[in-house]
Amino acid sequence: MNFLTDSFLSAVLLIWTLDHNLFEIIGVSLKVSSISTLIAGLAGVPSGFLIAFSEFRGKRLVITILNTLLALPTVVIGLFVYAFISRRGVFGTYDLLYTQKAIIIGQVILIIPIVTTLTISAVSRIDDRYRKAALTLGANLLQTARVIIREARFAIIAAIVMAFGRVIAEVGISMMLGGNAKGFTRTMTTAMALEYDKGEFVLSVALGLVLLGVSFAVNIFCNYFQGKGRGNN
Amino acid sequence: MKIKFIWILAVVMISLLNAGSGQSTEKPIKMATTTSTENSGLLDVLIPEFTRETGIQVKVFAKGTGAAIQDGIDGNVDVILVHAKAREEKFISEGYGAYRLGVMHNDFVILGPADDPAGIKGSPDAAGAFRKIAATKVKFISRGDDSGTHIKEQALWKDSRVALKTESSEIIKKGKKLALSFLYPLEMEKKYISIGQGMGKTLTFAEEKQAYTLSDRGTFLKYKYGRKLGLNLEILCEGDPKLFNPYGIIPISPKIHPHVKFELADQFAKWLVSKNAQNLIAQYKISGRQAFFPDAIPDSN
Repeated sequence: MNFLTDSFLSAVLLIWTLDHNLFEIIGVSLKVSSISTLIAGLAGVPSGFLIAFSEFRGKRLVITILNTLLALPTVVIGLFVYAFISRRGVFGTYDLLYTQKAIIIGQVILIIPIVTTLTISAVSRIDDRYRKAALTLGANLLQTARVIIREARFAIIAAIVMAFGRVIAEVGISMMLGGNAKGFTRTMTTAMALEYDKGEFVLSVALGLVLLGVSFAVNIFCNYFQGKGRGNN
Repeated sequence: MKIKFIWILAVVMISLLNAGSGQSTEKPIKMATTTSTENSGLLDVLIPEFTRETGIQVKVFAKGTGAAIQDGIDGNVDVILVHAKAREEKFISEGYGAYRLGVMHNDFVILGPADDPAGIKGSPDAAGAFRKIAATKVKFISRGDDSGTHIKEQALWKDSRVALKTESSEIIKKGKKLALSFLYPLEMEKKYISIGQGMGKTLTFAEEKQAYTLSDRGTFLKYKYGRKLGLNLEILCEGDPKLFNPYGIIPISPKIHPHVKFELADQFAKWLVSKNAQNLIAQYKISGRQAFFPDAIPDSN
């Protein structure tokens, strides 16, 4: 019990004193996770659309593969990307390993399947009549897509929020590809792992509480955003 | 009462374990040591030889230095073999240890890329080498995890007379405010990378960034010569006494813990500094290279 109150008070103290290290860590976490989510969103949502609305041989196979990739462990992605970008790898000359870029590459691979599959299921659920109506009214493909996006936007935002939650909470990729360098690639999760290794459980749990707080704030923001959209309808 | 019960339980369990292993353990002693000692493989050479000569068996419990010393304080073991000289001396002055014998040392080495941009190759002065590293554009990778190596590194930075900065975060422990701080060279700024991970990870990181770092010799040898794709970092500075990492053997004093097998532990400690054991230490090699240097004068015993 004592241990938990210590941790809680430490968390409050760290935030209250605007602890430089803590805010640096939160900054790195938010920056990396946001960029990964943005890239995955820009790539995943359109590909979700394309897969959902086109008919091609092997479509089911593609969807099955994407669903399988949802279960991809972060260490596997970490290892795979590591093999490519380490000094001895194909892209070794770009000096990517142990940088924020490396974490972003790994995280994008992690969440593109999430965004894509959830987009597929979101837009597939939209009544086909919307699409047909739009097409009969003379809308081109882009305009049709816009109609469907408007109908499916809550589910798509939910997909993005989920993807963000996945990357801000993951530790395998950040540790393997980022390397936990203080001030460069130390994220909230790798910092927690480090403090745990050092036996500083109080600080570790305090960071955990801060991480929960940050996720809560992000979700409130998204919720507000979604709620507002619904109100205008 | 409670303590008595725990002891009875421990005795029962130990006898069960012995029965299970089916060994003739008439005279086993327990030794707490550090993981680095155990991992180096040296004990697998020394202990069987000791058992062969004396019939005394040694059970090894490998832990962190702090935990090994704590085992000694609690009387869980009969003898400890650790490398933290200041804490060992305190351990003896507080009466837990009977005496300390210097057995051997291994040492830290300063590693860096083969082209050595800081120009420290062959330098006998570790602090001076650190000063030169701080003045170049090359990165330095730090363990940053409060380990023995990290503590040694911070001590070297202090000796190097480079301007240092202390960073600290306040947390609360047992209701009291506590500052966790660590030291790093001010002028290095972005070139000083503290990764907070183990020695192996730090070596791979340094290799990847072609940076300088401080490592213990054993781990470096394993990573350099013990793998198919060896490191291409080189030892650039070694041999400064400041880089030495001495190991001491301390039998637990029977005055505080009457149950310890002091005589057997005493025999083991004295054997480690004997000519035979010291020779074994000097001959022990990791991938063809000497890993430990005997400290006791062989013919004094």
